[in-house]
Amino acid sequence: MKILLMGNPNVGKSVLFSRLTGTRTIASNYPGTTVGFTKGSLRLGQEQAEIIDVPGTYTLEPTSKAEEVAAEMLKEGDLIIDVIDATNLERNLNLTLQLLERPVPVIVALNMWDDTRHRGININVARLEELLGVPVVTTVGVTGQGIRELVSRFPEAAAPKIAYSGNDERWAKIGDIVNQVQSLTHRHHTWREVLEDISSHPVGGVAFALLVLAVTFFIIRFIGEGIINYVTDPLFNWLWTPLLMKLSLALGSGGFWHDILVGKLINGQIDYLQSMGLLSTGLYIEFGVVIPYIVSFYFILGILEDVGYLPRLAVLMDTLMHRLGLHGFAIIPTILGFGCNVPAIMATRILESRRERFIAATLISIAIPCAALQAMIFGLVGQQGIQYVALIYASLFVSWIVIGLILNRTVKGFSPEIMMEIPPYRFPPWRVIGDKLWLRVSSFIKEALPIVLGAVLVVNILYMLNVFNYIANVAAPVVTGLLGLPKETVVALAVGFLRKDVAMGMLAPLGLTAKQLVISSIVLAMSFPCVATFAILARELGFRDMLKATGIMVAAALIVGSLLNLIL
Amino acid sequence: MPENIQLTLGKMEAGQTGTIVQILGGWGLNRRLEALGIRPGKKVTKISNMLFHGPVTLRTDHTQVAVGFGMANKILVEIDIPA
Repeated sequence: MKILLMGNPNVGKSVLFSRLTGTRTIASNYPGTTVGFTKGSLRLGQEQAEIIDVPGTYTLEPTSKAEEVAAEMLKEGDLIIDVIDATNLERNLNLTLQLLERPVPVIVALNMWDDTRHRGININVARLEELLGVPVVTTVGVTGQGIRELVSRFPEAAAPKIAYSGNDERWAKIGDIVNQVQSLTHRHHTWREVLEDISSHPVGGVAFALLVLAVTFFIIRFIGEGIINYVTDPLFNWLWTPLLMKLSLALGSGGFWHDILVGKLINGQIDYLQSMGLLSTGLYIEFGVVIPYIVSFYFILGILEDVGYLPRLAVLMDTLMHRLGLHGFAIIPTILGFGCNVPAIMATRILESRRERFIAATLISIAIPCAALQAMIFGLVGQQGIQYVALIYASLFVSWIVIGLILNRTVKGFSPEIMMEIPPYRFPPWRVIGDKLWLRVSSFIKEALPIVLGAVLVVNILYMLNVFNYIANVAAPVVTGLLGLPKETVVALAVGFLRKDVAMGMLAPLGLTAKQLVISSIVLAMSFPCVATFAILARELGFRDMLKATGIMVAAALIVGSLLNLIL
Repeated sequence: MPENIQLTLGKMEAGQTGTIVQILGGWGLNRRLEALGIRPGKKVTKISNMLFHGPVTLRTDHTQVAVGFGMANKILVEIDIPA
């Protein structure tokens, strides 16, 4: 049996999906979180049913690519769970009535039921059920309320197959239903709505956004540094170092296996940033530097997403983003990019035109450093002074604007206007935020750790084979001539293709000046994306556009790097 | 009784309320706006207009929607006259 979870965007389908299947998926408070299909399974008595989280759609008349796909999926379903936002009955019923015209049995989940009360909305559920002719179950996705009843009433799902002669007749019917089942009571402005009004105000919104940005930055730093100083550094220094030293002794303080596992000893000691062993530098870069920032970044991002701030930021940024050939919504994938470029580029699917997707993906790959790289920049460049870190961010920001302006003039195609629903502010339970954080951090560890360890291994072996000397000599004219960097940095820049954090780690032992560190960080951030991003670019843009984007990245990195070399 | 005033959403003041009379656009625009609950006969309140002809945020029922300035100028509204 195939069960489809359908409904308007941002009504909580993904949360219900997690509840029904027990699998975890990323859900946020903005339309379009689910860009692909997520499949899961659900036990129904003896039977194992397949359940599909269909991307949100406002109508079955295909007005966009996502809606076409949703309408196509409909043919395969045996049962539809139509998820309705109870606070938006009229608009949501449009899709419901369209679904009821199809020959597939439907059951309605009246979700966000807890939100109706303090919004002064009363819905007569029994009457609604009667008028629609299918079961209606009230649910609260984030707490799990009503899920069991929903499942137990699957067998009652029905397909009334009412046909309307056209949209006008359907809207008339919807108006009729809403009049019969819904009554509104007046209530005062809540402080949430005051906040909503401030962030939608043209001037107040800018001030609010700057405040959010500053607070966000401060908290990410605070939590990240806190984890490093009070958790990971003590663990590495007091627990891991003595163990590694014992291993080092056992391996005879040198030799092939020693150098691979423990790395080179510096003054007879392990130096986590320089030793370059799998168990020293490899683990330290991931757990000692990057993960603390991954945790703090995704914690804050999760809150911003679930509260519903990002769509408001999108509206605020819309005018600027149009100059870059995008519209406001593109700010959401861009912000995701500060965590990892891979999900960010996948999220560009919510943009309508091919041109927008190309511009957005290219700009993200060039100017948005991922959390792993940023953590290393803070760790390494931060030692030289915070002004150098600021310089890196400022250069990336200026590049983002300039390259966007150029792409907007040169890339063919159109960029449509923004049109998006602005969800109300919501405050999800901490547990929901915690679950999402855990999901993201654990999948980061699973995906990144093997590549980090692999990169360290490859670096060690290539060193032993002297391959790096050859590469360094070949690329030296560009790197030393244009960028003013010592030829040893070529190796680090090349490793950036595997993992940017490991590449930054390889800069540590080179004794670079602050200026050289700034330039190499920027070149690392802007040039080749890491291998995972490469793969996703090829998949999302196609091979040719991926090559085009890569060309732009390399050119941009060289130009900005050389300019900085001249100016600084 | 004064004449009823009709303005496009782009020209309305923030805070003004009215009833949508017509969407001055093609079939596609009508369908897309309709899907978000914006269609003739609906009450709308303009919430704000971002600077430099930025997007217009409006409210119908319990939904807030932001539309580009160009689209906002295609939504014709009959303004409510304050009693």
